[in-house]
Amino acid sequence: MRKVLFSACAIAALSIAVAAKAETIAVTNAKILTAGAAGEIASGTVVFKDGKITAVGADIAAPAGARVIDAHGGVVAPGFFATGSLLGAVEVGSLGNDLSVNNPAIGASFDIQYGLNPESGLLPIARLGGLTSAVVLPLPVGGRGGEDNDEEDDDASQFTAGPSGEGSKSHALFAGQGAVIDLAGHETILTKAKVAMVVPFGRAGAGVAGGARGAEIVALKEALSDVRAYMKNKAAYDRAGLRDLALSKGDLEALIPVAKGRMPIVAVVRRASDIRQVLAFAREEHVKVILEGAEEGWMVAAEIAKAGVPVLLNPLNDRPESYEELAATMDNAGRLAAAGVTVALESTGGSARVRETRYGAGNAVAHGMSYAAALAAVTINPAKIFGVADRTGSLEPGKDADLVIWTGDPFEPLSQPTAVFIHGEAQPMTSRQIELRDRYKDLGRPLPPGYTHP
Amino acid sequence: MSLWKLTAALIAAAAVSGCATTAQPTKSAQASAAPASPPAKPKPLPPGLDPMVRADAFPSTYKAMPSHATAVVGASVFTGTGQLIENGTVLVKDGKVEAVGAGLTVPAGYDTVDAHGKWVTPGLIDAHSHLGVYASPAVQANSDGNELTNPVTAEVWAEHSVWPQDPGFNTARVGGVTTILVLPGSGNLIGGRGVVLRNVPARTVQDMKFPEAPYVLKMACGENPKRVYGSKGRAPSTRMGNVAGYRAAWINAADYQRRWDEYRAKIAKGEKADPPKRDLGLDTLTGVLRGEILVENHCYRADEMAQMIDISKEFGYHVAAFHHAVEAYKIADLLAENHICVATWANWWGGKMEMLDGIEANAALVNAAKGGCAIIKSDDPDLIQRLNQEAAEALAAGRAAGLTITEADAIKWITSNPAKAIGVDKQTGSLEPGKRADLVIWDHDPFSIYARTERVYLDGAVAYDRRDPRYQPRSDFDLGQPGEGVR
Repeated sequence: MRKVLFSACAIAALSIAVAAKAETIAVTNAKILTAGAAGEIASGTVVFKDGKITAVGADIAAPAGARVIDAHGGVVAPGFFATGSLLGAVEVGSLGNDLSVNNPAIGASFDIQYGLNPESGLLPIARLGGLTSAVVLPLPVGGRGGEDNDEEDDDASQFTAGPSGEGSKSHALFAGQGAVIDLAGHETILTKAKVAMVVPFGRAGAGVAGGARGAEIVALKEALSDVRAYMKNKAAYDRAGLRDLALSKGDLEALIPVAKGRMPIVAVVRRASDIRQVLAFAREEHVKVILEGAEEGWMVAAEIAKAGVPVLLNPLNDRPESYEELAATMDNAGRLAAAGVTVALESTGGSARVRETRYGAGNAVAHGMSYAAALAAVTINPAKIFGVADRTGSLEPGKDADLVIWTGDPFEPLSQPTAVFIHGEAQPMTSRQIELRDRYKDLGRPLPPGYTHP
Repeated sequence: MSLWKLTAALIAAAAVSGCATTAQPTKSAQASAAPASPPAKPKPLPPGLDPMVRADAFPSTYKAMPSHATAVVGASVFTGTGQLIENGTVLVKDGKVEAVGAGLTVPAGYDTVDAHGKWVTPGLIDAHSHLGVYASPAVQANSDGNELTNPVTAEVWAEHSVWPQDPGFNTARVGGVTTILVLPGSGNLIGGRGVVLRNVPARTVQDMKFPEAPYVLKMACGENPKRVYGSKGRAPSTRMGNVAGYRAAWINAADYQRRWDEYRAKIAKGEKADPPKRDLGLDTLTGVLRGEILVENHCYRADEMAQMIDISKEFGYHVAAFHHAVEAYKIADLLAENHICVATWANWWGGKMEMLDGIEANAALVNAAKGGCAIIKSDDPDLIQRLNQEAAEALAAGRAAGLTITEADAIKWITSNPAKAIGVDKQTGSLEPGKRADLVIWDHDPFSIYARTERVYLDGAVAYDRRDPRYQPRSDFDLGQPGEGVR
């Protein structure tokens, strides 16, 4: 019975989705944050059809036959982009994830795209935080930002730490390849695979290279040299006529786009001196690089800007959480942006709390980042950094209609989203959490709460 | 004599007299023996061997910093009592709130702070922190929050792990936090005593201890204790093992209390008696049973909270607050009926199974129950800097659920309600005459993401000023380091 109901619902949802796609929708009477060349439009209209934006502006008339949604003076913004997220690859943190491997044959070749789950319960919750896209990145040995649970018995590290570095070999120098997803929860959420290769530097990098920072850059250079040797001598390699290479064939293949400067590496790095080393390594090896973490980035902001290297950072990291980030400050995001660095903002943990991305942007503004820069840092910048800016990240004609209508400034906690569109399709404004809330909101019902459900 | 010590003494006296009656048979037996000479007066126990003589072996040495009589004029004032006073004036004298209202006359000789266009709240209170015990940097050497060597460690005190130079105290103060409950971790069923601190830069933890604040006991339900000890191959490894562990501990505590009561009864009658051996853990547990120590209970799931309430009734104590309590909304009525506060978050959920059903509206639904007591707390050195934002998120979720909640009510979640749950509501948590002048001046409405503190007062003294480097303390740890502690 339950199964039958479920499929009936699915069909209903599908028909709504199909209808929405064919429909022309005009959102009127809205302050529009385009995150594009048009900047902020004090009051205007956004029109979209067949999933694509067709017009944005102050003096746009709703086309004849369009469904008009009056925003009542609220705000329309691009759907936000969850940077450095774990979405689709983790459900309950303590139960494990599909973000990290410790397999001698699979390091660089680990590809997150094959483990993504469109049915993840985290996606509807993220959408209600105004998020419509995400980049999902593998977790290196030693973890990335780390997810906060209750920290009391050092729970925090165990859920997002990568596998133990014990016994790891050169494959662990590379944590694998990330992907960009949308949060619509269709049969596939993959927007673009193989967008970047995660590489831990600093203390984590030292760990995978045998214990000291000085070993890691050496090991990485050797690995890239192996990749180049392999590229030039594939036939000899297959005949076993090539010198021994440290990486598996799959990993060597996966690193070719990196060696050619086509696929960027995401360098997980915090300390200013380590950032300098990463910049030098990228320059010498002709590797494209994105910095991740970069708590001490503000100290070398001019060098990062000069290198044209973008930065993914959590704007709330302001404590000396480790010896790699003694100079952490709330001003980091604002200072880097002011120096001309392309910044994208991450959330704490990147999964259950990813809906807080918009509050991070607000805090960055409160600590010196311009509003426009903070908006870009949660929309168009990550879209550019991960190569999907032609499709999403701003409200401009021709792009996917990934947008959210808000009651007010989307960075403010007291503002709420009233509608979320992904590829022009209205997303259900509910989640498992909303269902739980409504089940228990009224404790005085005659039947137990278990009888209250959609 | 302080009120707290007086209360403790009265309770102790009552305990002694209560035991004298149960000791009746002995008394009559002795009376018939009728010794000819009166017994020698028993020698009093050294203070360290008698739990009742010096319950506070590490007394507070807190001293308020220097202050002037001050008038904060023209702000929108959240009082912490459910009121918002527009164009309000707060008068502060001798470190205490003197008066709060609209259009008050500023007496001569007061420093006047023009706060037109700004907001004032009581100093924020974090009812759940591990600052100092899990200090930054989070290296193993600074990891002092969980004594994971026994599931019941009532004998440990968090204050003995607090490192006053944790840079997190300073960043918390910048966030407006003036009072902090520092707790042991949740790896144990009974984790030890927590300590209430004034958030002042200090050389010793005694210099931070909140004078006359009660002690608290940290207890923990659920996954953490059973995982920690189950993985060591010992009890508890299940939730039923957890419950057996709590009950055994309270039975031991009651037995210890009885032995001391019997001893005192005999001494009171001039009889010879051997004192029981003092036990630090059982001292703490009997302090709970006597109502002197408040229970702060880490517990996520609704069904487990209901069981903890039954255990508290079985042994005769009261739970001051359930912490984390992400499922409190499922039993908001039960918690309100039992006068138990709920210290929770808006946004944290999902990291483990017992966090799976956390919802943003949890605090608002707790607040909506008749008599409900909602608290937003941090449990985190980052979130403690932004309790006002977490409260705003909880408020927004409540409104989205259709509840009518004013900002003046929601500010109680981070001021007067935590003050109540940690036993310092007579002294702080609201702007009422006679209370400690702990207050914050904000540049925006504190429910806005853009709000930053401009000035933080503790006991009427400027403890932080965003514009004046003289009032921007830095920890010893930050000196000489990259960035010099500028956060």
